[in-house]
Amino acid sequence: MTISADHEAQGLADARPDGTDSNDQASEVRRKFGISVEDYMLPARHQIQMVDPSGVLKPEDEQGTEPGHEYPIPGDAELMAAYEQLVVGRRVNDQNSALVRQGRMAVYPSSHGQEACQVAAALCLRDGDWLFPTYRDAVAVMSRGVDPVETMTIFRGDWHGGYDPAKHKVGIQCTPLTTQLLHAVGVAHAAKLRGEDTVVLAMCGDGATSEGDFHEALNFAAVFHLPVIFFVQNNKYAISVPLSQQSVAPSLAHKAVGYGMAGERVDGNDLVALLAVLDRAVKLAREGSGPLLIEAHTYRMQAHTNADDATRYRADSEVAEWTAKDPISRMTTYLNGRGLLDDDASARIAAKAEAVASQLREGLGQDVSVDPQNLFRYVFSTPTPQLKEQSALLADELAREASSQKEAGK
Amino acid sequence: MSPEVATSSEAEHAATGDVSSATASAAASAAAVAEASGPQTITMAKALNTAMADAMEADSSVLVFGEDVGRLGGVFRITDGLMATFGEQRCFDTPLAESGIVGMAVGMAMNGMRPVIEMQFDAFAYPAFEQIVSHVAKMHNRTKGAVKLPMVIRVPYAGGIGGVEHHCDSSESYYAHTAGLKVFTPATVADGYRMLREAIDSDDPVMFMEPKKLYWSKDQVDLGAIRAEHAANTATGSSSEGRAAVARSGTDATLIAYGPSVPTALAAAAAAAEEGRSLEVIDVRSIVPFDDETVCASVRKTGRAVVIAEAHGFASVASEIVARVQERCFHYLAAPIRRVTGFDVPYPAPKLEHYYLPSVDRILDAVDDLQWEN
Repeated sequence: MTISADHEAQGLADARPDGTDSNDQASEVRRKFGISVEDYMLPARHQIQMVDPSGVLKPEDEQGTEPGHEYPIPGDAELMAAYEQLVVGRRVNDQNSALVRQGRMAVYPSSHGQEACQVAAALCLRDGDWLFPTYRDAVAVMSRGVDPVETMTIFRGDWHGGYDPAKHKVGIQCTPLTTQLLHAVGVAHAAKLRGEDTVVLAMCGDGATSEGDFHEALNFAAVFHLPVIFFVQNNKYAISVPLSQQSVAPSLAHKAVGYGMAGERVDGNDLVALLAVLDRAVKLAREGSGPLLIEAHTYRMQAHTNADDATRYRADSEVAEWTAKDPISRMTTYLNGRGLLDDDASARIAAKAEAVASQLREGLGQDVSVDPQNLFRYVFSTPTPQLKEQSALLADELAREASSQKEAGK
Repeated sequence: MSPEVATSSEAEHAATGDVSSATASAAASAAAVAEASGPQTITMAKALNTAMADAMEADSSVLVFGEDVGRLGGVFRITDGLMATFGEQRCFDTPLAESGIVGMAVGMAMNGMRPVIEMQFDAFAYPAFEQIVSHVAKMHNRTKGAVKLPMVIRVPYAGGIGGVEHHCDSSESYYAHTAGLKVFTPATVADGYRMLREAIDSDDPVMFMEPKKLYWSKDQVDLGAIRAEHAANTATGSSSEGRAAVARSGTDATLIAYGPSVPTALAAAAAAAEEGRSLEVIDVRSIVPFDDETVCASVRKTGRAVVIAEAHGFASVASEIVARVQERCFHYLAAPIRRVTGFDVPYPAPKLEHYYLPSVDRILDAVDDLQWEN
């Protein structure tokens, strides 16, 4: 819920751009929760964790919430659907890393270890909502229903993107850090102006919070009171640089209060907590309470990409510590304990994951043909005279090359 | 920096040549425009303002936003009255952050809107450079045309107004160098209206470079007729987009200019005429796409050319024009093509800018150097 801070003390009257009076909202919060607006916007004192790393559901009063703010456990069907995506996501990550080693993909920034964040970010949204992912969020893109091979085209090397963002309501997997957060703000703003109840979830990492567009996007979303959820996967490293060199804020979620929005932090390897927190965030945003900032604590288990060497900047012991917090084993234990995951379900889900992996091997294992004329086709809606000239030049060059090869073959 | 200091006594011209050829065909539908009121004297500022108002009236997805564009009507008053007329949802002020303005516009354009956004001054647009270069310019290409970004980024640019540092940059070369951006710059009052409507109609993003020293230049224009021309062009799918104009006909040499340098070129041509030399002036209008055809036709006719631009000459639009013309017209040239551009120095302080800016004398000197003895 976005509540503007109480500027009365400075004598500032503050009518919001959307016409509502923030002081009314502030007093509403005081009445409703019996706390100050600032306290309301600050994240809970600890990260929200519902299922511990061993797969045991924690008592409600130890989940990290303040009394009265407890999160309900998501329904069984939602948990099982999410678990399936979790298992598929891990398989996809590992399959893609193998394809890179085989030279079938140029690069793959793996979200191995962060799959719970990936899945929850996609599943908390409705069909009409939008997702804005980064380059590391391919599993989230697929979890939104985008075809696996179309998702991976960006890393295959034959074009910069493979899926239609408008059709899937999934932004391009954005490489320049946090620039996509502003696109999310714009999509939400356009929807709001048309009176649509679209919610937009925008993803970024911990290092990205140092970028200027992070600041501009959060501020714009708050000032225009837009239904955008900023979902930060704090995986502890920006390539090699640890979080301590990006920020000395108490937590990244604390940054929310500076923009007049609420922040929350959650265990990013606890799928149950992630779904609970993001479901509530989406619900609040859809109801018109404005933007929210959610920080998920997770860990990038592998190097930044295959081109990186993580042993140069972090200890194996640290990685081992996080192996014990793995999101999949914990969820498997939890669902087994709940009696939701029997052998049949496990086998079905494993088969599904294998099917997706085989789809990837097939789709990315083939040599793709490229059309050199595509260089000129999409720069503008209609190619300029200059591009037509250059297109003709390349066509001529290729025609001469083909004919000389034909000659040589005779 | 106040808009009152922005003046121009430079010669004005009505767009001619290819641009006005559509006018005749549009005449038939002129009667359909209720406000056809005959010629009236207006400023370029008013023409730009009217273009936005008409576009907003015609299409509810056209939105105008930026810094101070709402209640104030923009620091140059180009958006004056739009908030009052169309409401705070259609024309509004944003937080003071240029990357935010452009990035939000990208998202809005992705989601069905046609944003027309204002960068307050040329040099204040630089914080938005990453959004412009990495997303505005590339989105259509990377999505193979699935995502179009019909957005206009209006940039008041160039000097000649006695502005302080960071208020007078000629930044068009940066944008022209970026594949995927159209770059327009009007030099006349009529083109202010005509080209901004075309920019807003474009399904591709347009950097709309407004010569701020020409904001308060005046001309007699028949807005009714130009509106009718626009309506007719919309109906037939034709337009003057991407076409240069012959601003003044001549036979001895061609002056190629755009935006703020066009009136200077016209003044030089008028002075040269008094000395018996007939100079043709080409108003480039659209830097991207570039109208090689009109420019080269003129140079082939005259055999001599000078390119005039305020921006630093090194690695600039002026350099590109020289290269293109030379490649295409070499055998027609009686002399090397000359450039009259800003010096390769940071834009100077107000009391020094007249040394820096292309002037009538400097243009005439360049013309004198075109090997007339041959």
